[in-house]
Amino acid sequence: MTEALHWLGCGFVVAGILFFLAGSLGLLRFADVFSRLHALTKADNLGLGLICLGLAFQASGLAEAVKYLLIWLLMLVASGIGATLIASTALACGLVPRKADMPTSSTTIKRSVEK
Amino acid sequence: MRVLAWGFDVFLAAGLLWLAWQALFTPRRFSAVVNFMAFYLLMALVWVRLDAPDIALAEAAIGAGVTGALLLTALGRLPAGSSAGADPRHWQRPLQYLAMAGAGLGVLWLAWAAYHLPRPGLATEVTAVLDATGVSHAVTAVLLNLRAFDTLLEIVIMLAAVVLIWSLGPPLRTFAPATALPGLPALSHLLHPLFLLVPAYLLWRGTHAPGGAFPAGAVMGAGGILLLLTDTAPWIYLRRHRMLLHLLLTAGMALFLAVALGGMLMTGTFFTIPLLLAPMLIMAVEVTTALSIALMLMAFYLYGEPGR
Repeated sequence: MTEALHWLGCGFVVAGILFFLAGSLGLLRFADVFSRLHALTKADNLGLGLICLGLAFQASGLAEAVKYLLIWLLMLVASGIGATLIASTALACGLVPRKADMPTSSTTIKRSVEK
Repeated sequence: MRVLAWGFDVFLAAGLLWLAWQALFTPRRFSAVVNFMAFYLLMALVWVRLDAPDIALAEAAIGAGVTGALLLTALGRLPAGSSAGADPRHWQRPLQYLAMAGAGLGVLWLAWAAYHLPRPGLATEVTAVLDATGVSHAVTAVLLNLRAFDTLLEIVIMLAAVVLIWSLGPPLRTFAPATALPGLPALSHLLHPLFLLVPAYLLWRGTHAPGGAFPAGAVMGAGGILLLLTDTAPWIYLRRHRMLLHLLLTAGMALFLAVALGGMLMTGTFFTIPLLLAPMLIMAVEVTTALSIALMLMAFYLYGEPGR
């Protein structure tokens, strides 16, 4: 039973790391503040949740498991409000969200032609 | 597994050096501050790897959290055009290289000296006298009993820093965010119970496990700084709270000194606490010191003496 929980936890942690990698890739590659925030807050929070869940499966007791989940909840609250603050400040400072005008995607080209 | 741990350590060390280099020499101030905060987060990981979770807690809370936020708010007050740091002059370059070479040599010498220190240090001596200190966690025993004088001086240094910062000018109120967001005051209200619960837990833990006054004070101080940054603590600027603020700021140092002097009256030696009273007195000193540390960290953010 403990062995099975251990490997289940490992699986969740690895999945979480994959989400973190995707979030970091988005942070580096996306076009503007808003889409970068989108990548960070969604992928990284899911990744952190999976890692916390995986660690909670391997925890020595219920108290430790609940602490891991509390870490995730606190991060959700903080990063949600932090991301809203950054985005609204960026809007107030005059940064405009970038519209879909990337020439690499065929659908966006069509849309710009229609305009 | 051992190779993995070794690789992780090398990665940590290299990352620390790289982040320190970036924090010092990147031309943009904002990225320098971000690198500085990342440096301290990695530093906390290094302390965890060195089996020193007490220092890791304090390092993460004070280095990355409190100092990072202080630098960021200072950055926000600089005029908008001055985002680029000073470019070193032509003649300063050789001096810079000389300073770096000197620092590198100093680090090598320190590493060599640390490598030749007797192992395992003073751990056995501390364990031998642990029963006579009144607490069961070695780090707390060292900080608040065996080496209490050092801890007292650390608190005096923090108090001196508060006096110095407050002497620079009038207090500055925080900027309101560019848009009025209900989320920000809601966040500080929501987290308020946690910012009291976690320090209480850390204080209680300090008697038998990693925790104690400094991490507890740092976490409580971080909560206080959040209050100041969201401008939800207007009472601290009021003139009628000035005496209370001064009293609480010095309470930790005063109680510490009182315990030391009381010990001298009872046993004849400065800072020697009778074993019967030690657990209670150490707990009292820890609680008051944590409160004072939290308020001192908040006081740094006021940039000037409130109520004047």
